[in-house]
Amino acid sequence: MSPDGVQRVTGPLPPAPSRKGRGSAGWRYLRRNRSLAVGIALLSLLALFIIIGNLTVDTELARPLSVRALQPPSWEHPFGTDRQGRDLLAAMVAGTPLTLKIGFVAGFLGVGIGTVLAFIAGYYRGVTDTVIRGIADIGLTVPGLLVLIIIAVSVRGGLTVNQMAIVVASLAWLYPTRTIRAQVLTLRERGYIEVARLNGMSGPEIILREMMPNLLPYLAATLVNAVSAAILASIGLEVLGLGPLESPTLGMTLYWINFNAAILNGWWWWWVAPIVIILIVFLGLFFLTVGLDEIANPRLRQQA
Amino acid sequence: MQLGYIARRFGVFLLIVWLAASLNFLLPRLSGQDPVRTKLLQSAQLGGYVQAGLEDMVKEYNKRFGLDKPLWRQYLSYLQSTARLDFNYSISNYPRTVRELIADAVPWTVALLGVTTLLAFGIGTLLGALLAWPGAPPWMRWLMPPLWALHAIPFFLLGLILSYLLAFHLPLLPIFGGYTAGATPSLSLAFLWDVVSHALLPALSIVLVGTGGWALGMRGMMVTTMGEDYVTFAEAKGLKSPTIFLRYCVRNAILPQTTALALALGQILSGAVLVEVIFGYPGIGTLLFQAIRENDHFLIQGIVFTVIVALGLATLILDVVYPWLDPRISYRREA
Repeated sequence: MSPDGVQRVTGPLPPAPSRKGRGSAGWRYLRRNRSLAVGIALLSLLALFIIIGNLTVDTELARPLSVRALQPPSWEHPFGTDRQGRDLLAAMVAGTPLTLKIGFVAGFLGVGIGTVLAFIAGYYRGVTDTVIRGIADIGLTVPGLLVLIIIAVSVRGGLTVNQMAIVVASLAWLYPTRTIRAQVLTLRERGYIEVARLNGMSGPEIILREMMPNLLPYLAATLVNAVSAAILASIGLEVLGLGPLESPTLGMTLYWINFNAAILNGWWWWWVAPIVIILIVFLGLFFLTVGLDEIANPRLRQQA
Repeated sequence: MQLGYIARRFGVFLLIVWLAASLNFLLPRLSGQDPVRTKLLQSAQLGGYVQAGLEDMVKEYNKRFGLDKPLWRQYLSYLQSTARLDFNYSISNYPRTVRELIADAVPWTVALLGVTTLLAFGIGTLLGALLAWPGAPPWMRWLMPPLWALHAIPFFLLGLILSYLLAFHLPLLPIFGGYTAGATPSLSLAFLWDVVSHALLPALSIVLVGTGGWALGMRGMMVTTMGEDYVTFAEAKGLKSPTIFLRYCVRNAILPQTTALALALGQILSGAVLVEVIFGYPGIGTLLFQAIRENDHFLIQGIVFTVIVALGLATLILDVVYPWLDPRISYRREA
């Protein structure tokens, strides 16, 4: 920590002498940063499930009426089947990547737009800053899901997975804009930025070459957070029945579970798999954010 | 000066109201949808009537709802009627107005959200403060991992799990609705218990998840506050430990928590909507779910507008109260 109490943004790993030493340094760092390790482990587990699943399971069985309906787990259908005659293992293998895709597309769009706006607002200040900050501040107090609902019901016909991602992205930039702008504000008063400015570097050059590299760990944490929020929003829309009705995304599976009152009817296998996968997604992303935050903000290390 | 601050905040509130109304008006029209036609077609298909008179019906309804006038006149009259909280008739419950339906649902949601948010905020803040305090009992350290895990999952997911555990597996609590179907609402103790027992599961899902979030936030703030010079000074003066804890640490660490509460209201509400849907709790969320199912645009718009305005009002109140909690910021413009 620096004496003036201003947080310093540093790179993730201590410099390693050789290629061989680097790997073990990474491991040692993961042992110190437990949250990062847990996050990576959970998400790797999920990736393994998707990859192995896609290689071994016939995802055609995720379509309705392809297997006998409402069968509890058996050798043939390890996760059981639902009321519309989908094999739930196939539905999970096909649907999890779709849900993640919505999250990543919306998250990337949100953080991308948010970063640009944050730099424009935070570096150049002035009227633009007032407007951008005002919009982000007001937008954040409004319940996002409700605005998304209005947008989603305004789209003619049902949403596809891609449209879903765009709809969710339409609000996903608000939070990144606000938090990244705050970071830019503290960065811009630093000595080395001042030096760069006096050296005659232009604004875009300072932003790209001096500020961006220092913000990267922070941007990564913001991105993971945005992905998680986007997945939550998309699942919310889907549970309300505004999702892609034909796609087996995790949220649509939850919609059908609720629609058919699977819990009241005792069809436990129907909801166990999607809930466990959603739990892994959210816990994995959450611990990844906490771990990345620790890299971005070394002061947190002392508190842990 | 203080008046200026309140006036500015009120201006922002009015802006939110206007934006919400305009959003409601513009978005569906941008997409070129005809809500009346969609709805009538839907019921025609469901009921299997011949669709011969449909166009005439659409025209008649459009005239009655004022949908045949030019756009700017529709906008003005829309703003006017919105200001009177008149959101037209509900398309799916025709003789009833949107306002009546919302008025029926609001008390349920306000009661559920008010109680659970206050409980989660109170318990979480206290727990977080204790988690950071060196004098707290050591077993509290074991609370951290479950709190973290709870904080990361959505309300309704916990709701699904709880409804299986406490209503299906061990049938302790009712699983669905706001009160037992067929019970006559009255002020008797039995009915009151009926209502409370139906609200327990949704409430529990919100409180458990919320507590985790508030506890984590408060713990972080406490750690920072406890490092401040004035706390060291208080210790050096020989003040009693509970005094330092409450009057020096908690009093200061709670301030950012309150700001966070104002910011989190929207998210809490978005989450609660889904919890209501999962439990069929007769509040705004379930009403919205039905409106979406029935394609009832007027009802959807009415709910979205009401909720945005209500939350704007709640944030406004929190913001006006905030300078009183933290005298340092009262007359300053926000940085």
